[in-house]
Amino acid sequence: MELYFFLFFAFVAVASSVAMILQRNPIYCVLLLIMVMISIAGLYLMLDAQFVAIIQIVVYAGAIMVLFLFVIMLLNLSREEGGMFRIQKPTAVILAVLLFLPVAAMVMSYPGGGTAPPVEGSQAGFGEVEQIGTLLFTKYLLPVEIAAVLLLIAIVGAVVLTRKGTVATGE
Amino acid sequence: MIPVTYYLILSAVLFLIGTTGVLIRRNAIIVLMGIELMLNGANLSFVAFAREFGMADGHIYVFLVITVAAAEVAIGLALVILLFRNRGTVNIDEVRSLRW
Repeated sequence: MELYFFLFFAFVAVASSVAMILQRNPIYCVLLLIMVMISIAGLYLMLDAQFVAIIQIVVYAGAIMVLFLFVIMLLNLSREEGGMFRIQKPTAVILAVLLFLPVAAMVMSYPGGGTAPPVEGSQAGFGEVEQIGTLLFTKYLLPVEIAAVLLLIAIVGAVVLTRKGTVATGE
Repeated sequence: MIPVTYYLILSAVLFLIGTTGVLIRRNAIIVLMGIELMLNGANLSFVAFAREFGMADGHIYVFLVITVAAAEVAIGLALVILLFRNRGTVNIDEVRSLRW
């Protein structure tokens, strides 16, 4: 039963992402990427990562993809025009597959490969908010602070870049 | 139980599709979306290994990766808007000169 769920989510994720990179209309691209995000959130739930599944949907599908939608609508983009040099697509696919081969070899040589993961219930509350929060505010306090500063830099950077009358805009 | 290898293969496939998307698309926004797809593939293997070893540390890494992805998208889309304002296009093939 679990295998069917895995296959379903994996199929939806792969099919949507392939459709995403082939889709010409940017709006449909965003919607397909949201499908990918939601099926990956389903996989997270199967891996006992409830908190990560929720932030995947809230932050990724909810906030980041809406930002993409806003920008696409703001710029009023329609279909992509042609004109790429002819061998770009086959070259890209070949390069990506070449990149995939060593990764696949490494995964296949993983010693735990093919065996079942450890039994459920060895740790009560695994992946729940309490455990994640405890880790975030004890062991990973410094990375969290750095991430907060990074977000602040991103906010200030985005405002400075898009403000009119700065050097960057040339006005 | 699903073997962790299945999740790793799926995450590698998603990463591969994201890479292909970055390489074949010329719309700058879609290129950014390809990068998002690659980050998601990496996140999936983090969570799969967290489950495999019974340690929630992988979840923290995913949390931080999502933070970095949000910052990257904010700056990247600001740059795309600037590009559109200055050049009237987001086609990365037409943005070839190093000077503005």
